[in-house]
Amino acid sequence: MNAILGFIAAIGAAVLDAVAYLGELTIFGLTGLSHIFRPPFYPRLIGRSLMEIGFFSLPVVALTALFTGMVLALQSYTGFSRFNAESAIASVVVLSVTRELGPVLAGLMVSGRAGAAMAAELGTMRVTDQIDALSTLSTDPMKYLVAPRLLAGIIALPLLVAIADILGVCGGFIVATWRLGFNPSTYLINTFANLRVEDVVSGLIKAGVFGFVIALMGCFNGYRSRGGAQGVGAATTSAVVAASILILALDYALTQVLFIK
Amino acid sequence: MNPKIRIRGLKKAFGTKIVLDGVDLDVLTGTAMVVIGGSGTGKSVLIKSILGLVTPDAGVIEIDGEDVLKAGPRRARQLRGQIGMLFQNGALFDSIPVWENVAFGLLAERKIRRAAARTKAIEVLAQVGLAENVADLSPSELSGGMQKRVALARAIASEPAIMFFDEPTTGLDPIMGAVIDELIVDCVKRLGSTSIAITHDMASAQRIGDTAAMLYNGKITWTGPAQGLLTSDNPVVDQFTHGRSAGPIQMALRR
Repeated sequence: MNAILGFIAAIGAAVLDAVAYLGELTIFGLTGLSHIFRPPFYPRLIGRSLMEIGFFSLPVVALTALFTGMVLALQSYTGFSRFNAESAIASVVVLSVTRELGPVLAGLMVSGRAGAAMAAELGTMRVTDQIDALSTLSTDPMKYLVAPRLLAGIIALPLLVAIADILGVCGGFIVATWRLGFNPSTYLINTFANLRVEDVVSGLIKAGVFGFVIALMGCFNGYRSRGGAQGVGAATTSAVVAASILILALDYALTQVLFIK
Repeated sequence: MNPKIRIRGLKKAFGTKIVLDGVDLDVLTGTAMVVIGGSGTGKSVLIKSILGLVTPDAGVIEIDGEDVLKAGPRRARQLRGQIGMLFQNGALFDSIPVWENVAFGLLAERKIRRAAARTKAIEVLAQVGLAENVADLSPSELSGGMQKRVALARAIASEPAIMFFDEPTTGLDPIMGAVIDELIVDCVKRLGSTSIAITHDMASAQRIGDTAAMLYNGKITWTGPAQGLLTSDNPVVDQFTHGRSAGPIQMALRR
């Protein structure tokens, strides 16, 4: 009987912890978002965060997109050639990249790079009292540390994904024309024939949401880290894992909403 | 004389661990109070409660007779805005140069323009014995003693009416510790500030404190002149200040 009660109590405690975590995360996210629209603003910090999240993530996102487009063209050819449907490869590549692979892969890459860096930086600031020091210097840490990163995440990811879309399509084009013998003009015509504005826009909307999620998880986990180097390490891991899972889950939810047709 | 800071019945627990269990403390205007006590006795929690970094479970914290805990957020910020804080490890911001660290509070309060802030920062750095060529360095390029001085410069830059020092000499060699203490005494006297320092270092406590208080078992168990720390007949203070292994503190640990 005691074992059963203990089991139920453990489940209850886990549920309460999860609810508390979600509540804390929601309040943190909404507070951070509200500070984006309230002065004082920190343009220098927003610029710095844009560089860290966007510009410095560009090489890894670009390479990922390029190779993904190349692999996609090869794999599509393998499958479609069995049904004499090779002409659909261009459409498959461009739609897969813009609708799905561009935002998701860019999100995962940026989460591993910039999200982890954010968590580590804020975590270190927390355990070395720098966040407390901000409060004593008439500065709201949410406004100074969190809001610029959230805004930069929302802006930077769509820009990165736009570039990733182009490079992914280029990767498919390179493999299709050089390796698979497609006519370049025909490939490009097929690429744009089935591409609609909403395919690209919907991918960019996804990217904006993913950018917010990456920055939110990086800031949230870093901000509440405890216990020295080990705590900072744990915060960094949690930030990347949580952001990655949320990106994949939100990808499905957003696909349901945006691509329902 | 009315106390600048008046604390009554301050309580704080973290989970089941009671850290502060009814702290009563008065710090008179223009005086320097030193709070001593063992590790984990809640000295830092005490000053973080005054600063608003920790929310107490119960009690009263008055600054100039006004209860900070009952004041609205804006008024509480104004009251706490008079406090300058020197953190134990400096807590300097790595991402900005030394001068910007020093002028951070002034820039945040829009008291000064960016161009003038650097000049002001260099002036304040000079007050703590640092040359102009330090201003553009990153805090990580400085030695521990220099970081402490920069942190002190940051704390005094806005000329606060109240100053807190958390273990100001920790991690420094005895000579550098004495230098930091002299700087603290000099800054506090020059600004006419009221100060609270927490420390384990008895020599430092006697150098920078006018009065002293011993925090033990979540309460203030003794107060008196800082110069009387080593001659106190309070058994807890006597054991702590002389670093004796036998005495009430160890007995409490054994229990």
